[in-house]
Parts: sequence; C-alpha cells; structure tokens
Amino acid sequence: MMNQMHFLLPLAIAIPLGMGFILPLLGRKFTRLADVLANLTTASLVVLSVLLLISNVQLGKPAVYWFGGWQITASGTIFGINLVLDGLSALMITLVAVVSFAATLFSSRYMDQYTARGKYYGLFMLMITGMNGCILTGDVFNLYVFLEIAAVSSYALVAFGCERDELEAAFKYLILGCVASTFVLLGVVLLYAQFGALNMAQLGQRIASVEPTRGSILALLLLLSGLGVKAALVPFHAWLPDAHPSAPAPISAMLSGVLIKAIGVYAIIRVIFNVYGFTDQLGMTLMILGTLSMVVGVVLALNQWDFKRLLAYHSISQIGYVVLAIGLGTPLGILAGLFHLANHAIFKSLLFLSAGAVQYRTGTRQLDEMGGLAQRMPSTSRSCLVASMSIAGVPPFNGFFSKLLIIIACVQAGRWGFAIWAVIVSILTMASFMKVQKYAFYGKLKEKWAQIREVPLVMRYSMILLAVLCLAMSLLIVPGISAAVLEPARDALHQGVKGYQEAILVLLGSGG
Amino acid sequence: MVYTLCLLLFMIGLYGVLTQKNLIKIIIGLGIMEYAVNMLLIMVGYRHDGIVPILDRAMPLDEFLARAVDPLPQAMVLTAIVINVAVLALSIAIAMRLYQKYGTYDITEIRQLRG
Amino acid sequence: MTGMTVIVKTITRWTAALIFLYGAYLVLYGHLSVGGGFAGGIILACSYVIMILAYGGKETIHALPKAVAARLDSIGALAFLILASLGMFGGFFFSNWIRDIWPGQQFRVFSAGIIPLANIAIALKVCVSLFLIFFILASLRMTRKGDKIEFRSEEVD
Repeated sequence: MMNQMHFLLPLAIAIPLGMGFILPLLGRKFTRLADVLANLTTASLVVLSVLLLISNVQLGKPAVYWFGGWQITASGTIFGINLVLDGLSALMITLVAVVSFAATLFSSRYMDQYTARGKYYGLFMLMITGMNGCILTGDVFNLYVFLEIAAVSSYALVAFGCERDELEAAFKYLILGCVASTFVLLGVVLLYAQFGALNMAQLGQRIASVEPTRGSILALLLLLSGLGVKAALVPFHAWLPDAHPSAPAPISAMLSGVLIKAIGVYAIIRVIFNVYGFTDQLGMTLMILGTLSMVVGVVLALNQWDFKRLLAYHSISQIGYVVLAIGLGTPLGILAGLFHLANHAIFKSLLFLSAGAVQYRTGTRQLDEMGGLAQRMPSTSRSCLVASMSIAGVPPFNGFFSKLLIIIACVQAGRWGFAIWAVIVSILTMASFMKVQKYAFYGKLKEKWAQIREVPLVMRYSMILLAVLCLAMSLLIVPGISAAVLEPARDALHQGVKGYQEAILVLLGSGG
Repeated sequence: MVYTLCLLLFMIGLYGVLTQKNLIKIIIGLGIMEYAVNMLLIMVGYRHDGIVPILDRAMPLDEFLARAVDPLPQAMVLTAIVINVAVLALSIAIAMRLYQKYGTYDITEIRQLRG
Repeated sequence: MTGMTVIVKTITRWTAALIFLYGAYLVLYGHLSVGGGFAGGIILACSYVIMILAYGGKETIHALPKAVAARLDSIGALAFLILASLGMFGGFFFSNWIRDIWPGQQFRVFSAGIIPLANIAIALKVCVSLFLIFFILASLRMTRKGDKIEFRSEEVD
C-alpha cells in the first residue's frame, strides 16, 4: 500500500491551489473560518508530505508520476509532463509544509492588524503551490512556470502592507525578480532550441551525449544567474534585505525560511547535479559564490539595528553555507549542505516569527528601542534564544551539528581556506546574535514596555513548535534517522545525471 | 541572424531596466525583455514552408507531420504571456501606489530603504 | 469615465456583441481549430473593455458587477482544478476521463472529452481577470491635494 503513495503526488500541488481560490471567496465576514481552513490545509500538507517521505524511504527509488497517463512510449518518446519524488524533493516538500504550517498558525492572530484576510491566505496558498510545484516537477519549463507562481505571489505579499517601505521593497524585488525570471526563461528557450527536450532527464541525456557547446554553456549561465537572484547569492542579493523585512512576519518567515531555498537553491542544485552533471568548475563556482555570500552577509549584518533586516542579512550568510557545502561535491559535503538547509529553514523562520511577535506587541523593529523584553514576554524570548543558539552554532542545537559537518567536509575535501572562512563567519554570527539577545530581551526593562503582555496563545504555540523542532532536528545526525531523511536526499544529488535518468526514463511496462 | 536580433531586443530591454529612472519606463523595459524572449521562442519552432499545426480532415497524417511547425513553443509562449500579464498588472499597481505615497515616479527620489 | 459620443456608443453596441460571439466561438471550437480558452477569454474580455471605453465604467459595471466578477474569477479556476482532479478517478490527474467513457468521433464538436470543458473554465477565468484588471486600473482617479495624493474609484460599489 505504501508503495502506491506516489499516486497522491499531484495533491501536494492541487490542495493549496484549490484553497488558494476558495479562500478569497470567503471575503471579509468569515475571517475566523478562513483561519481555520488555512490551518487545516497546511496541516493536511504536513501529513501528506510525511506520508510521501515515508513512502519514498520504503520505495528506495524515485517515484515518477505522469500527468494524464501520458507515459513514456516504448520507443522512449516523451509526450507528457511528469512529477518526480526523490529523496531531495521529499525532504524539501516536508520543510515547506512544516514552515508553512507554523506560519499559518502564527498568522491567524498576527494578521489581525491587516484587513483582507481571504486575499492574504489566497496569495499564501498560491505561494505554497508554486514552491511545491517547483520542488516536484521534472520539466524545466514547468520549473519556470511554478517559479513564477511562487515569485509573483511573493511580490504581492511583500507589498501587502501598502505602506511606503513595503511598496518600495516590493517594487525593487519585483523588478529584480522579473529580470531573473526572464533570464531563466531565456535559458530554457536556448536549451529547447538546441536539444529539443524539456524533460529534465531527457535533457540531461542529450546534453551529456554531445560536447558542451557555446549555446548550452550560455543557457547554463543564464539559468545560474537567474536562479542565483532568486536564491540571493551575493552578487545578486540586493533585493533580499529590503524585501524580507518589509513583508508581514509570517511571510518573512516563509520567504527566508523556504522560498529562497525552494525556488533558488533547490532549482540551482537540481539543474547542476541532475541536468548538466557536476563538474569541478561548477563546484568551484558554487563554493566561491557561497563563501562570498557567507562573508558579505554576516559582515553587513553586524552593523544592523533593525531586527528583521539583521535576520535577512543572516539569511544571505547562511544560504552561503549551504551553497558552499553542496559545491564541495563530496557525499559528506552534500549531506552537510542539505542538513544545514533543513536546519536553516526551521530556525530562521522561528527567528522571523519571534521578531514578528516582538513587533506585534511593541510596534518597533529597532533593537536599541527594545530591552528587557524577556521579563514581559517569556515564551517569545525563550524560543528566540533557542533559535539564536541554533543559528550561532551552540551545541546541542541543530545548527551546531550541521555547521560542524560542513567544516569537517571542507577539511576532508582538502579545502582548508573555505573551512577557515566558515569558522570565522560562525563566530561573527554568534557575536551578532549575542547583540540581539542583549539588546532585545535582556538588560534593563525600559519603562515604556512595562505594560506589554505576552503574545496570544496560537502565536506562542507556533513558535514553541519550531523551537522544539530546532532541538529535535539535531537528532538527524544519528545515523539511523539520517539514513531515512537526509541520505536519500544526498543520494539523489550524488548519483548525478545518470541516476536521475535511470529512475525517470524507465520504459513503459518496466516501471511505475 | 534573426536570433541575434532577438537577443539585441533583449539587451535593449535590459538596458532600459538598468538605466531608466522612471518607474513606468522600467516596466516598459521589462516588457521589451519578455517580448524578445517570446519572439525567440516562436522562432525556435519555425520551419520553412511550415503550416499551422492544426490537424485537418483533408490532410494526410504523414504530410501533416512533415510540414507542420512545432506547436510546443507556441504553447509555451502562451503560458509565458499569461505570466507576463500578471506581472505587468501587479507592477503597474505597485507603481501607482508608489506614486500615491511619494508623489513621484522618479526612482532616485524613492529611497527610504538603505543599509 | 463618462463615455463617448452617440455614434461611438451605437457602433459599440453592435460590435461588442459580435466580438463577444467571436470569443465564444473560439472558446467552444478551441479543440478543433485555432483558439482555445486563453485566446477566446481575451477576446471575451475585449468586448467588455470596448464597452468600458465607449460607455464609461458606471454603465459597464451594471453588466458585470465587480463582486460577481471576483467570484467568477475564483470559480473559473476552481472549475478547471476540479476537472483535473476528477481525472484522478480515471487513473491520473488531468486524465481525459470523459473521452475514455465516451470517445466520440474525430473532428466533431463533442469529441475531445474534458478539453472543451477546460477551455470554458479557462475562458471564464481569463475573461473576468482581464476585465477586472482593466476596470480597476482604468477607473482609478488620482487627485492631488497639496502634498497628499488620493486614489478614488470612479464608480461607487
């Protein structure tokens, strides 16, 4: 029975898409109903993704789903569009579901400050649709389409407040994002013009069958730079520190926690590992981009006094870690990178949610205006402390283990220079978060905050859920659990182009 | 040759996005870029002496397959156009809101966020 | 928008109906010939757009109120999704289950199973979306009072 689970694959896209159109219908009168429905949707997505994760482990090989039953014909021609569930997509889809569940739980009270709840949830669900589609699809043009669905709804969500900052950030984000998407589309077009295929596996086969031409390299560059903007790697990062803080807090959590990974990092590594094939040059490019992001992000973060802006700069820096580790190309490096990616999704969304909780009660994001909030908001402060220790890499929280693995992987691959940079950035991160804790939550309680209360219960629950996950995720280092979650994801990348093709291009009759 | 012209158009659009100061002109630049890609996409499916890829009763299947242009890029262009419409509408809406708040379309005067 | 002269209004009354008819034709025959949901939907929307231009927003909004249009927008998309999901009973998402039960004859109108139905759903969605985008952007008026700029929608809803 569990082997048939991949039959449910399209539901991961269909459920949020359907809710995305039902929720705006509810209008302004039924805001509580909209809350309940949105939370139910994300909860069902969590259940679905966990089922898919389990079935993927049991199946032991990628599951392929052909839309409309248009399977590969006996001669190997591909008519249909497919969805692919391998270890990596199962991991990513679970992350998206968990973070979006925490975010909807948080928004059910946080969004009381705004109007138009139905439209907010509608856009939110469309964003989840885009991300899930992006993760599951096995077709480069559909990758572009889903990427745009996720991106367009995120532009609208960044502008949701309709104030000066939000609009300016959203416009900047929109222009950069659109140029990036156009680059991606141009890359896809060039690939189609040369190889006559859109299916990733088939495309990989045809790319491998000929010498690299100028056109295919140009297409790769276009795809890399376009997706690099979405992932906010350093030369392309300018939009992120504006866009992420300006959005409402649950949206910031989604954007920083999963969006830049699902439509940026995930798409980059999918294209590099499973379509073009990993080479040392590409690995070096990724490592240099990663290290640059890591260092520049953290250095710019040190100087920030805006809580959310500081977090946004740290996102750039932590994504740098992920890209650096994956760029190593060794099995341990990829494992460490994916582990850090998963951890970052959890703790960064928790940090943004706690920043949102502080803003919800105090109305400010400036660190120097806060102070001593731990006395008035104990659970927020504690969960923020957990997240800060995770991101700074304090044992026994999850961030420690993944950073340790990344550094070990660097050393093992003989990249001492990168390892040293990783250590330095880790120390700077710690310093930056000590500043956050000191100014925001500890120290003397300022008089104007003497009367504030803790945030409402559901908001606390969503933060505590993520804080518990921060601790629990460090268990992923244990070999048995790692074998279930992280190793299939690593194998999906490490087997490279060949493994991916073998899984997808099974002829009719021999596979499912 | 024709492909080069498309890329040239793409570059013109990119130049517009990068150098113009007016929000609306930036959006127009974006549109030019997208149209350039769409034109390239259509040309990818071009075939000399091709016919419309619609199956007709009078046309034998073999001849149809030998002569029809590739319909897949056309479907892709349609999808890309739909996305562009959405992006265009959203960007115009944001630009109008920005004008409401700042009273100007000049991007050099809309600079509250820095750092 | 107050509308244009009598000549324009009279001609629009005739052409809008024809444009609407042409759009409907493209939608319904989209699976046999040129056209389809998107192209047909755009032309359907054009018939409304030309009415807005000739008669002004107030008159047109009676023909298609904004709240109704917003509902239809979601309903069109939902209908498409439901059609696709029903395919799961036929085996796969998007599988053409009607055609499996009732194949029909090639080159006839009722021959393509869910495709014409999907075209109608798409046309509905595209038509009202485009109408709404045009109407909302066209009916906004900016007024400047000192430093403050206000947006005001032309019609009262």
